[in-house]
Amino acid sequence: MIKIIDLYKSFNGQKVLEGVNLTISNKEVVTIMGKSGGGKSVLIKHIIGLLMPDKGSILIDGVDITRLDRKELDKIREKLGVLFQGGALFDSLTVYGNVAFPLKEKTKLNKKEIRERVIQALEDVGLRGIGSKYPAELSGGMKKRVALARALITEPIIVLFDEPTTGLDPVITSSIHKLIRTTHEKYGYTGVIISHEVPEIFEITDKVAMLHNGVIVETGTPDEIKNSSNPAVRQFITGSLEGPIEFLS
Amino acid sequence: MGSWFLSRLSRMGHMFLFLIHSIYFIFVPPFKFNVLLRQIRFLGSKSMVVIILTGSFTGMVLALQLFYTLRKFGSDALLGPAIALSLIRELGPVLSALMITGRAGSALAAEIGMMRSSEQIDALTAMALNPMRYLIVPNIVAGIIVFPLLTSIFDLIGIYGGYVVGVKLLGVGSGTYFSQMENFVGMEDIRLGLYKSLSFGVIVSWVCCYKGFYAGYGAEGVSKATTEAVVTSSILILIWDYFLGSLLL
Repeated sequence: MIKIIDLYKSFNGQKVLEGVNLTISNKEVVTIMGKSGGGKSVLIKHIIGLLMPDKGSILIDGVDITRLDRKELDKIREKLGVLFQGGALFDSLTVYGNVAFPLKEKTKLNKKEIRERVIQALEDVGLRGIGSKYPAELSGGMKKRVALARALITEPIIVLFDEPTTGLDPVITSSIHKLIRTTHEKYGYTGVIISHEVPEIFEITDKVAMLHNGVIVETGTPDEIKNSSNPAVRQFITGSLEGPIEFLS
Repeated sequence: MGSWFLSRLSRMGHMFLFLIHSIYFIFVPPFKFNVLLRQIRFLGSKSMVVIILTGSFTGMVLALQLFYTLRKFGSDALLGPAIALSLIRELGPVLSALMITGRAGSALAAEIGMMRSSEQIDALTAMALNPMRYLIVPNIVAGIIVFPLLTSIFDLIGIYGGYVVGVKLLGVGSGTYFSQMENFVGMEDIRLGLYKSLSFGVIVSWVCCYKGFYAGYGAEGVSKATTEAVVTSSILILIWDYFLGSLLL
């Protein structure tokens, strides 16, 4: 379970998170939506421990990760898989090398076992036979799939998706959403997705949270969110220019 | 003025802490030998051609200038040792360090800066792996190994460049050129050159890694980091050269 309690963060005096509260139950897939630059990626970086809050706590399985030292934090990170916005694949490694990397570095599996796991992971994301290619040779959608395979290869109990479909066409977006659903069914992880893809994302998520002005203004099932009377949620779903979400600074 | 000074001081302190962390991880297993070999190849192969070119022309120019100066004092027989001492004690370590900075140091800062910008460094951290161990330590150790080797090549090529001009073009005796060198060049000269190149190796890899590691996002951030890496490394090379030279004289 992930519990975010009263989380505050500002950068050079600019307030980004102003008291975020959110609870994500085990094996639940939660989507956090909100306007671009609204602090969604900052929030996810706090869950990974890449950023430390000015105030507040993040409990992962009851452990407050904001109070841990590096070694203790690494123990928590071993439970996580992260799909970064741009994929964050290592340029110097092939697709195979990228997917195998966490296994080589964090497990005692032999070469044969690693090979079998990597081939299976690439098959799971529909990318059989591209192991020898380098990230620079892949399309945006393929990079995201490889990054997903890498995020899932260690079978993490929590997977964080930072805008998994940004910049992809609708067909590839649907295929990535389908992959998230099928891998969730297969591995049973707790998922946190940062996404703007409404209403498509509602099909693969159990719960939706709306981040607005640095706080979670609404949480609920996709149906509850669709029928929400909160003006910020309504404006975000309909894409209206009128409402509390400012689109020009 | 006060805040400017404090901010500079704080940045310098941050840089020194970065170096101390890097040195600490050099001695703490697990060691990444494969990454080290790749970085030795990266630094060495990127700089070899430029070292050969600058080494040979430095030796040739030295021969030309020193020959006419020494002839005025009737000491043109000392051309060999004059070239060798200038190269081994001073020009070899400094010029090769500046050349490696321009060629490989800038590439190193840009590569690490791109890894920061594309979240590859965050991906390492999220996998509970220490980016220091994977990115910084191998480069510092590679710098310590590669700089003295490339400096030796620079010195050797420079001495032969001086031989071509001094002996083949200006008519100094071949035997005189080398035999006088044996008489005048001592182990302490070679040791001084070695100490200089070793310390330049640490300075260049440290500064370039630091600037890349803390590069800003996007093309502008990476380009700024690369420029700062080259300028800071070059200035530190010249300052350190003076202090080490006066300390070990």
